[in-house]
Amino acid sequence: MFDEFYFLQQLINGLTVGSAYALIAIGYTMVYGIIGMINFAHGEIYMIGAYTSLIVITGLAALNPVWLPLVLLVALICAMIVSSSMGWAVERVAYRPVRGQHRLIPLISAIGMSIFLQNYVHLAQGSRNIGFPSLIDGGFTFGTSEGFQTTISNMQLTIFATTLVCMTLLSLFISRSKTGRACRAVSQDRKMSSLLGIDTNRIIAATFVIGAALAAVAGLLLGMYYGSIDPLFGFIAGLKAFTAAVLGGIGSIPGAMLGGLILGVAESFTAGYLSSEYKDVVSFSLLILILLFRPTGLLGKPEVEKI
Amino acid sequence: MLEVQNLSMRFGGLLAVDQVSMDVQEHEIVSIIGPNGAGKTTVFNCMSGFYRPTGGKILYRGQEIQGKPDHKISRMGLVRTFQHVRLFSRMTVVENLLVAQHRHLNTNLIAGLLNTPSYRKREQKSLDRAAYWLDRVGLLELANREAGNLAYGQQRRLEIARCMVTEPELLMLDEPAAGLNPNETRELNELIISLKEDYNVSIVLIEHDMSLVMDISDRINVINQGRPLASGKPEDIQKNDDVIKAYLGEA
Repeated sequence: MFDEFYFLQQLINGLTVGSAYALIAIGYTMVYGIIGMINFAHGEIYMIGAYTSLIVITGLAALNPVWLPLVLLVALICAMIVSSSMGWAVERVAYRPVRGQHRLIPLISAIGMSIFLQNYVHLAQGSRNIGFPSLIDGGFTFGTSEGFQTTISNMQLTIFATTLVCMTLLSLFISRSKTGRACRAVSQDRKMSSLLGIDTNRIIAATFVIGAALAAVAGLLLGMYYGSIDPLFGFIAGLKAFTAAVLGGIGSIPGAMLGGLILGVAESFTAGYLSSEYKDVVSFSLLILILLFRPTGLLGKPEVEKI
Repeated sequence: MLEVQNLSMRFGGLLAVDQVSMDVQEHEIVSIIGPNGAGKTTVFNCMSGFYRPTGGKILYRGQEIQGKPDHKISRMGLVRTFQHVRLFSRMTVVENLLVAQHRHLNTNLIAGLLNTPSYRKREQKSLDRAAYWLDRVGLLELANREAGNLAYGQQRRLEIARCMVTEPELLMLDEPAAGLNPNETRELNELIISLKEDYNVSIVLIEHDMSLVMDISDRINVINQGRPLASGKPEDIQKNDDVIKAYLGEA
């Protein structure tokens, strides 16, 4: 029997997680677009974003603040700053010194960076799950049928709204700003950009920083949504976001947004109609299928061999 | 203003450029010619920072520039084009010109986000400069087209405009007339002369089209098999026996 309210609920849940995936996926896709490599430490940057915001929230809670949005905003800004510096450091330590070498070398150094960051958080914060206070509660209920209610929580609305704001700002930044223009130029022809006087090292660093800042936003949002974080928090989310980026077409920013949403919805329907055990199976099967039948992804352009 | 001293470039066992010297004075068009594979483009690549030469010196206004990062060289006023068109083909025509002015713009991201008056003024200035050059090369109506969709001759002119918005002192053109029809070549000819006359830019040119070379060059350097063969005024080069031999083979 098909219950449209149940369906709607799964859709809302899926879009919530999916929009957060999209935020992380943008980091993968931007870095790939500009240097043609995957930043394997990106999941850890997201995890660090979640930890930073938790620490800031806990610290501020001790001061007994009155206004919740301010607490969240401060936490968000701190997380973005810390994660951005991590993103910058990853580029400086793991990518720039080995740029121009064989492609496997930055891959390995990035994985090393990821292991380092993961274990650093293990040491500093302990390996146990830490509860993340859900600061935003309440929600709207609409539609009830035979005991089932469709609910959209304020937390979910916050995730949608924040993601929407971030995506809009990013799109404006890429299409309008001077640095965004330079990013597009560097991703199309790095050598020529450099010959025209663009400092390509700065632009590459900027893409790592922007991707990391968005991952931090996702870290705060998903940390609150799931209610607990641990040092391995970034691993699966990173893989999922990577899948989303490939699904949408790696290198394409709208593709990352679309891929994230599709993946989130696919997972949520699997969990809702099959079993939540199959959630990961379905998302990674999607990855395999897309690689087999449309390697450039949904919105990716086929790679044209340069002569 | 530019002086190349005993430039050598070795790729493994191949000595592509061997002891080439040349110089460019202010307000001058200097051509590099030579048979295919003579090493002309390699000389260019060394001068623009694309390659790090294995021997010799390149002095620009008395400063050694060999092996400097290419964005630094271009910021000193030395800008080049390539044999094949290298536009940012998925950006619009005007964006191609704006991105080339990156270094002239305020690098402050905050100013950009807040859209401060000084930022807007600078944006406006670079937009004006872009419009001026689009008009100059006859592409103003196509400003919002994607660069990759332009006709070949238009792409060539856009490339020169893109160099010019960076306000170079020395422009290096690698076979600018390649693939152009005689009409377009004549227009290009006029454009290059006007760059020198009206904008006070010195030009180094690699070109196979001899009529173009002889028409516009003040001096010509001939390279053969990586070695300098001759240099001098166009009329001397035309009469030079070694040059004729290199081009036509020995009778």
